[in-house]
Amino acid sequence: MLSDSDRIFTNIYGFEGPDLKAAQKRGDWDKTKDILKKGKEWIIEEMKSSGLRGRGGAGFPTGMKWSFMPKESDGRPHYLVVNADESEPGTCKDRDILRNEPHKLLEGCLIAGFAMGAHTAYIYVRGEYYNENSAMWKAIEEAYDKGLLGKNAAGTGWDFDVIMHRGAGAYICGEETALIESIEGKKGQPRNKPPFPAMAGLYSCPTTVNNVETIAVVPTILRRGGSWFSALGLNERNAGTKLFCISGHVNQPCNVEEEMGIPLKELIEKHCGGVRGGWENLKAVIPGGSSTPLMPKDVCDHIHMDFDSLKEVGTGLGTAGVIVMDQDTDVIQAICRLSQFYMHESCGQCTPCREGAGWLWRVMKRMVAGNATIDEIDMLYEVTKEIEGHTICALGDAAAWPVQGLIKHFRSEMEHRIVEYRKAAA
Amino acid sequence: MKKPFELHADYQPESFEFNKAGKKQVEKLVALYPKGKQQSAVMPLLDLAQRQVAEEGAKASPPYGGWIPRAAMDHIAEILDMPEIKVYEVASFYSMYNMAPVGKYLVQLCTTTPCWLCGSDDIVKACTDHLGIGMNETTKDGLFTLMEVECLGACVNAPMVQINDDYYEDLTADSMKELLDVLAEGLKPKIGSQKGRKSSMAITGPTSLEKEAKKAGVV
Repeated sequence: MLSDSDRIFTNIYGFEGPDLKAAQKRGDWDKTKDILKKGKEWIIEEMKSSGLRGRGGAGFPTGMKWSFMPKESDGRPHYLVVNADESEPGTCKDRDILRNEPHKLLEGCLIAGFAMGAHTAYIYVRGEYYNENSAMWKAIEEAYDKGLLGKNAAGTGWDFDVIMHRGAGAYICGEETALIESIEGKKGQPRNKPPFPAMAGLYSCPTTVNNVETIAVVPTILRRGGSWFSALGLNERNAGTKLFCISGHVNQPCNVEEEMGIPLKELIEKHCGGVRGGWENLKAVIPGGSSTPLMPKDVCDHIHMDFDSLKEVGTGLGTAGVIVMDQDTDVIQAICRLSQFYMHESCGQCTPCREGAGWLWRVMKRMVAGNATIDEIDMLYEVTKEIEGHTICALGDAAAWPVQGLIKHFRSEMEHRIVEYRKAAA
Repeated sequence: MKKPFELHADYQPESFEFNKAGKKQVEKLVALYPKGKQQSAVMPLLDLAQRQVAEEGAKASPPYGGWIPRAAMDHIAEILDMPEIKVYEVASFYSMYNMAPVGKYLVQLCTTTPCWLCGSDDIVKACTDHLGIGMNETTKDGLFTLMEVECLGACVNAPMVQINDDYYEDLTADSMKELLDVLAEGLKPKIGSQKGRKSSMAITGPTSLEKEAKKAGVV
């Protein structure tokens, strides 16, 4: 188990105030100037050596992402955009950073912004997080008052502004180019890539979009060194600490910062009081937010919670939103509800996703009742394959994966449901 | 995608203008974005309009909650120098902009899988039984509208609902009914966990950061 001395988010539950004074006592904004003095190259190299991979779902190496930004400005401003549009079902970690650790995020913005040549950061927060948005504005005002933001931010010689932009209810705005469109005052519909945001993002200027947790861990990593972070976790590709959100059928659902690669069973038993009714009562777990395919119990028994271990078993770490389902769960209904979610959240731009997500839901509804034929399970699978990879953004994939996971691991239950329905009808 | 934009909602006021405080706020919000990029302020301005309508609605009899009349969208288009259709597009795309009047308290019930696993069906039933209305309906006294919504991002505190700006978490059917009663009386219930736990910490106490918890007097 991760020791408290290696935890980055020491105020994740809000035991202390989120205010600047309390944050500084916890070590935030400590000699930020000295970090910036070491220069952009040093910061990016140190981030690369830390092994930090993006915490928003895709797990792209953070240092490398930053290095894609043009080294010198061609006259266009550079932007840092922080993705706080936390909407992936099962995920509620960024919310705790926004409300309880806002200064970690702000200090991270300044450092990351400096490293990529940006003087402005926009933090795009989901509209429903009204109170979290207010908490961030309060922290921003404090930081301006004390000279930590604005002209010559924190005495670093770097001018830096941070602006909150509130969304208004659209899961798709968590996709980076949809998010950029949304800040520009448009519908949140993803853009075709290329050009990638690092070349032409917000207002057609070089832009990097990072998740809240990714940016908020930056100051601590740079203070304690990339080697400290990379020594934590399973291996250098799956390094550091991670905020896990464990929801569903556990005795004590919670958010907790743990070491990357912690065994799932240990995570649930140490921090969540175990599965409701005991480990043997476990049916399945969605490991990384709703879009990652579920794992049946026999996989859960030994799986480690990190990018590569989960990829090996055909799913993913995603956002580390762990959704636990016990034996009493109607797992077909659980996935059907996710199909409904993706249908609702499809932006409508690409036909396979717009039409396909609704089609999946309608067929899944029949699967829940058992009002289907066995070969429709194969057809359902085939249609998910027609959606996957055929859309501008990953929402189509995200709609397809949960259904694929269900068919892969619980096909017999689906067939049984159909047989039972027939019997009852006859 | 959300429900289609109801161009012919039953009631549309003739005109809309931001009030004095609103006008000041408009200037502040537009200034957050680079010069010439004022269209970026369309979302904050729609939100501002909805809030102004809610303020007026709170004093009306029967009361109503925030929504965005067509006249407000046209006014925002004029302020930001953008085509009206572009404002309609944005307003109809995002689920939090109400295109038709709602009750003073907009009860948004999360029923996505993590909440559903923890009994959101019971919470829905508690609301519909207690208020005697269905989803997307408003009580006759204008106080409550019920709406099913997608994941609100508070999954470890499931089941939960959002009422206007606030989250109410760790609900049971009883605590849900109690919440509605408190609001109906015009009082403000305690927001957050209805079981008294600290944010997203395990309900029986923290499994990490125990020293910090003791120092803060949480355990």
